[in-house]
Amino acid sequence: MTATAVNPSGQTPAEEQRAAAAPSSFPVEPDPGTRRLNTAKAIQEAIGSQMEQNPEVFVMGEDVGAYGGIFSSTTGLLDRFGAQRVIDTPISETAFIGMGIGAAVEGMRPVVELMFVDFFGVCMDQIYNHMAKIHYESGGNVRVPMVLMTATGGGYSDGAQHSQSLWGTFAHLPGMKVVVPSNPYDAKGLMTAAIASDDPVVYMFHKGVMGLPWMAKNKRSIGAVPEEDYLVPIGKARVARAGTDVTIVTLSLSVHHSLDVAEQLAGEGISVEVLDLRSVVPLDREAIVASAAKTGRVIVVDEDYQSFGLSGEIAATLLESPDARGAAFSRVCVPDVPIPYARELEYAVLPTHARIEAAVRAAVGA
Amino acid sequence: MTVQDTAVSASSLTVQERRELLRTMHLIRSFEEAILRDYHADKAPAWDIGAGLIPGEMHLSAGQEPVAAGICAHLTRDDAVTATHRPHHMAIAHGMDLDRLAAEIFGRETGLGKGRGGHMHLFDPDTHFSCSGIIAEGYPPALGQAFAFQRRQTDRIAVAVTGEGAANQGAFHESLNLAALWKLPVVFVVEDNDWGISVPRAASTAIASNADRAAAYGMPGIRVEGNDVEAIHAAAAEAVARARSGDGPTLLEIHTLRLWGHFEGDAQGYRPELSTVNEHDPIPAYQARLVADGVLSDEDAAALKEEAVARVDAAIGFAKNSPTPQPEEALRYVFVEGA
Repeated sequence: MTATAVNPSGQTPAEEQRAAAAPSSFPVEPDPGTRRLNTAKAIQEAIGSQMEQNPEVFVMGEDVGAYGGIFSSTTGLLDRFGAQRVIDTPISETAFIGMGIGAAVEGMRPVVELMFVDFFGVCMDQIYNHMAKIHYESGGNVRVPMVLMTATGGGYSDGAQHSQSLWGTFAHLPGMKVVVPSNPYDAKGLMTAAIASDDPVVYMFHKGVMGLPWMAKNKRSIGAVPEEDYLVPIGKARVARAGTDVTIVTLSLSVHHSLDVAEQLAGEGISVEVLDLRSVVPLDREAIVASAAKTGRVIVVDEDYQSFGLSGEIAATLLESPDARGAAFSRVCVPDVPIPYARELEYAVLPTHARIEAAVRAAVGA
Repeated sequence: MTVQDTAVSASSLTVQERRELLRTMHLIRSFEEAILRDYHADKAPAWDIGAGLIPGEMHLSAGQEPVAAGICAHLTRDDAVTATHRPHHMAIAHGMDLDRLAAEIFGRETGLGKGRGGHMHLFDPDTHFSCSGIIAEGYPPALGQAFAFQRRQTDRIAVAVTGEGAANQGAFHESLNLAALWKLPVVFVVEDNDWGISVPRAASTAIASNADRAAAYGMPGIRVEGNDVEAIHAAAAEAVARARSGDGPTLLEIHTLRLWGHFEGDAQGYRPELSTVNEHDPIPAYQARLVADGVLSDEDAAALKEEAVARVDAAIGFAKNSPTPQPEEALRYVFVEGA
């Protein structure tokens, strides 16, 4: 066998990658403090800070430069770092996502934006056959430290090709971490963790949690965010609200709706626990089981399609657990239908406040 | 040696360069012959693709050695190569460790991917080599390697290889546009072996030369006829120099020859010229040319072949004597952390 190659820097590729990562230098989940940002600004801040500290981090995608990302994920980065590191691409998702993979293989840390997750159909081969499999196929010898950032979700009449969630589709395919922040604090900490990760991370932000001025927004899309860098560990759910009667297991924008429902029903003496998964891969099964064992009732609220996805996986997790096998189970998801355009139809299939409230009342018999 | 290294040859290449080209081609062919032998050795009498010491699909590169030898002669191990489902010739010519290559094909723990990849999924950080079993999808990652080399202000390049059937895929065209737009240091190679499995290129491709497609992206496009290793070497010299000097990508289409089937077990009933294919084997032809030019003697040529066979035998022996992976470790390496 040959000796391991050494690059001109004197480091092996693996050493270079480890040096570039240095995740241990960030604190884990500090106190939020008092400064408030919307989720989009929190994402921008995380990317910008990592770009300052590591020249190997760069951003690439459609309209990430002068426009600042269609959903403001990269606003201001072009002015700070220039067009060499904040790169507008042609509309060629296969080419530029594959390019991110190759750059990551050589030790860079690309943050590549797929404008809408719905567009994965034109580039999925690079994502699931290459980005997600190279580390395994190489027996752990080649790492792909890349972030694939993408916008998800509906609620604003963008129709069936621009409104899907699809995290269950990515989570089904092994080799990708899948993170889904619901609020500014998690968005910054999860992005910092994603860039520091030596694994490929699909970072899925719902347009409705970004706090965009041109879209109706929940109050929870603006919140306290520490100015310093910190990590939110990938794979750890968060109890967004503690309760005793029923557990809502949810993620992304549905966390906001679930908290709204929980606050309302507290006035009637119904105590709802809301568990924000924060990542789908890895799935924090321990947290799900622990909460289910406590309340004995689980409702999954998921804006992804109902069948063959996250909600079914959570049901299986409960069934496989001696501690939570007996928990009552129901779900509020998008039924198996393309997302409709007309507002009346779209809101008939999304997991709305009314559907969640009805599910809670049914679960507790109120 | 009966001929001095300083002898004047009838080629623009030195005697040593010509010998190296032949040496590389013999090494590749010897490797493919050894895999062919072991692949079929224990699949008879009832041929089962999943049985034997080497299971699975097997796409061998016999006949396409001139492409690998002619192009990789210009590369160092710091340059990247992305290859296809038929990757062995490129891997060997680029300097991949034969032991670890053979061990991966035999599915052993000592293989490049510890038996997780297989012959279509070879990843070697030492030589910046990778390949993909998906047609044309090896092109985009090469862009990223070239991008990293460019950003680090090196003169390293990426060579992206695919077959002529891939030139009708979207990934091919997206990659050419992006590389030309950003002047990435890439050499795009199309190995035209006339067949996309069973479909002749005339039935799949609207134009006679894929090199013409380079014009659509503002880059030079060159088609090399004849499966001639020295002509390939010359065309690659220009393309590699252009990439190294920062002038951007080139598209080379090399008309080559698939000597054997698409994969082993392919009876090739669709191939009308099957009975005469061996007459076009590029290795005996090149060897005869070098002997005629006085570059080496018949004895020298035989010695080159013997040396290649010995190296390959050692690699095959290493593979066969290596441990198989432990079934309980099948879940390792999905992720870096927490594996």
